[in-house]
Amino acid sequence: MTVEQAFTERMDEGELMNCMRCGFCLPSCPTYIQTGGDEVHSPRGRIAMMKAVHDGLTPLTDEMTNSLDVCLGCRACEPVCPAGVQYGHLLEEARTIIQDYKKPSVKEKVVRRTVLNELFPKNEQMNRAVGLVRFYQTSGLQKGIRKIGFLKLFPESMREMEKVLPAIPKRTRTDRKRLLATGEKKATVAFFQGCLMDTMFQETNQNTIRLLRSAGCDIVIPEGQGCCGALHGHAGEKEKAIEMAKRNIEAFEGMEADYIVLNAGGCGAYLAGYDHLLSQDMEWRERAARFKAKIRDFSSILIQHGFDERIRFKKRQHRVTYQDSCHLRNGMGVHHEPRQLIQMVEGADYVEMKNADGCCGSAGVYNLVQPEMSMQILDDKMKNVKEAAPGVIVTANPGCLLQMKLGIERAGLSGQVEAVHLADYLNND
Amino acid sequence: MNDRLLKTLKGITNGHARASQADLLAYSYDGTPGFQAMPDAVVSPGSAEEVSEIVRFCRSEGIPIVPRGSGTNLSAGTTPTAGGVVLLFNRMNQILEIDEENLTVTVQPGVITKDLIDAVEMRGLFYPPDPSSMKISTIGGNISENSGGLRGLKYGVTKDYVLGLEAVMPDGSVIKTGGKLAKDVAGYDLTKLLTGAEGTLGVITEATLKLIPMPSSKKTMLAQFAAMDQAAEAVSAIIENRIIPATLEFMDRATIRAVEDFAKVGLPLEAEAILLIEQDGAEAAVNDEMKLMKEICEKQGAFSVELAKTAEEANNLMTARRSALSALARLKPTTILEDATVPRSKVAEMVEAITKIAAKHQVTICTFGHAGDGNLHPTCITDARNTEEMHRVEAAFEEIFKEAIRLGGTITGEHGVGEMKAPYLEWKLGASGINVMKLIKQSLDPDNIMNPNKIFGKSEKKRVVVGR
Repeated sequence: MTVEQAFTERMDEGELMNCMRCGFCLPSCPTYIQTGGDEVHSPRGRIAMMKAVHDGLTPLTDEMTNSLDVCLGCRACEPVCPAGVQYGHLLEEARTIIQDYKKPSVKEKVVRRTVLNELFPKNEQMNRAVGLVRFYQTSGLQKGIRKIGFLKLFPESMREMEKVLPAIPKRTRTDRKRLLATGEKKATVAFFQGCLMDTMFQETNQNTIRLLRSAGCDIVIPEGQGCCGALHGHAGEKEKAIEMAKRNIEAFEGMEADYIVLNAGGCGAYLAGYDHLLSQDMEWRERAARFKAKIRDFSSILIQHGFDERIRFKKRQHRVTYQDSCHLRNGMGVHHEPRQLIQMVEGADYVEMKNADGCCGSAGVYNLVQPEMSMQILDDKMKNVKEAAPGVIVTANPGCLLQMKLGIERAGLSGQVEAVHLADYLNND
Repeated sequence: MNDRLLKTLKGITNGHARASQADLLAYSYDGTPGFQAMPDAVVSPGSAEEVSEIVRFCRSEGIPIVPRGSGTNLSAGTTPTAGGVVLLFNRMNQILEIDEENLTVTVQPGVITKDLIDAVEMRGLFYPPDPSSMKISTIGGNISENSGGLRGLKYGVTKDYVLGLEAVMPDGSVIKTGGKLAKDVAGYDLTKLLTGAEGTLGVITEATLKLIPMPSSKKTMLAQFAAMDQAAEAVSAIIENRIIPATLEFMDRATIRAVEDFAKVGLPLEAEAILLIEQDGAEAAVNDEMKLMKEICEKQGAFSVELAKTAEEANNLMTARRSALSALARLKPTTILEDATVPRSKVAEMVEAITKIAAKHQVTICTFGHAGDGNLHPTCITDARNTEEMHRVEAAFEEIFKEAIRLGGTITGEHGVGEMKAPYLEWKLGASGINVMKLIKQSLDPDNIMNPNKIFGKSEKKRVVVGR
């Protein structure tokens, strides 16, 4: 079978036809904007290409594949689509088909192999890798390497990323038994740790748990959970993603929890899409639907339990803004809650930055495989940051957080602006 | 397109011409269902001079030119059904001047309508034409289609705001029409001729538009009815009572439900029809008229009439209404809408006729639109794969057109003829009317390179049309 035949067979025709080409998606699409209004790099254009290949009207050309590669997968086109086209699903299926048939470049292969197959599926590996980063940072190796200029061999964005990686805390074993709510108990939540959050951002996880407990949540942390599989799914590695989905569903199934809660928008939206991922599987479909129904971002749970009305944090006077996580906003529909939580902090002078709901260009491994577009988007984002002039940028997803740190570095704002995760921000000075 | 031609186009535009399969596919459609055809090249000129050179070159080679804004057209007006060059204006997208002494704005054609509206509103000025696609559409496209919008009832449509144009004619010459003038009768009104010409007479490269002072206050109201005819009667009654609201929009039950499913702004799902009413002006007058309109609606049987409490709520209601057409696409794979327009006093009759015609042909037609303008958008939700049903849809729309014309109306109020409605144009104009238009077209564009097939229908040149 050819890749074109696979498009005919596997792409969801109903969903393709659901796009009525009105163009309402265009102003929301970061790559359409960045390319000066090039329809090739718009959701409508991409769907037209998928459909034309599906309909057997054209072979899949390199330019078409490139158009799909350049898509951030931010899904900003979904909430603005009156027809309700599930663009993310179409993109993922198209990428999976292309991945099944096309040879990736050597550079892409290396990134894929190390990041997708080795690092993310295996938490132990992630521990070790992040442990290495810590060793690298604390042993003096970092200084040495920077001096030799070894990093010049890597793309600019990766080199800069190295500078902004957070200082990795020494790994502490999380106590896996039940953690009790502080004060009156209102709900039991099962905590999804995530792979990156559990290693590089351990402290953020601990802070999230602390906040949830003070909102009246008992916390259980199921054993056996792992990476959500989003990076794999978005990159067209569907089989791998399914494997990880099943593992997570199994791990959380036995828990008597009201909600499954996490603090990474990218993972959350993916977990909430497990039912679609497993829709072809009669046995797992139902289990995935039950799992999905419980997924919540921690900010929603805090607001739901009146946390913002009961708890007050005090910080010294500062100007603060919020950068949406695309998948938290467009995938899970959560965007009021983080803003509401920030504004409850005493001393917070909240300012909404222009285009705060636009992607920052991080988009999973996008900043590694599409560095040019990613940096173009990021540099535009930083112009808006400069205009809003905050001292703090709050985000709700690890990828966005690292990207914002990188943006601060690139814009020469280090020392004036800091980027923090919402869970770390919600604290007293 | 052969390499020589593409190379010339690249030469003229400093490299801004392309023709990969992906490029051609991405510009093979607009917002019209059922029409798709591949162009031969996609070209983005940066100035009127470049446009002029492109036009001269295409004319010498016999290559069709299709000017295209953002491709939100709803009558296949920007689908390159005869192939050729799709002309884009993404490099000509600057607001050149806001003249606060003459109350005009001068723009390049690629400016997004909403950006223009926002820019002048920052200075306390008002550009009323607001097509539902205004966040996406370009001003050049609006002028070429003479677009309407939600504020047409009180403020008119695009043509009422175009004071002057710069355009490249089919022979490559550049003309300037009109100006920053309140009065100008120097010869034929070429400004009006080019406005709404759908790109068949030339390419608009610059426009000077009229602005008016921003009204000092605005109120928005939602009236709910248990029957469609009550809402339609209320429209006529409001106008009979000598009130001209800024906006008077109608939505039937199916449309309300689809829109609410998308926008979640709290539209009443139990209503058979709603009217969305907006009035602006001096505060006291607005309050008086809103009160009077409320009474009229209630007298016609409205079971609820409520004012929007905040500007945000009002804005949400209007934005939701703008999504109506696309929201209906949720219901079925294909949505085909029409744009039949009747004199205001005939709205109730037209609504009734649409219901009967839909029943007769067993098709589902949802209706919404600018009721105050007599401009309804009966929209058929169907499936293009079902050929038998598509024939019935076509038959139903033919009858709707006939009925509109019988009531003294027209086949299109604001979407343009394009290629989609070309077969019905004669019904409205008669043979002699079409003949006059054809003479104008032939004298200005004897080689028929400017957006061929549009308005007058297919030229002899047959092309393979891709897709359904």
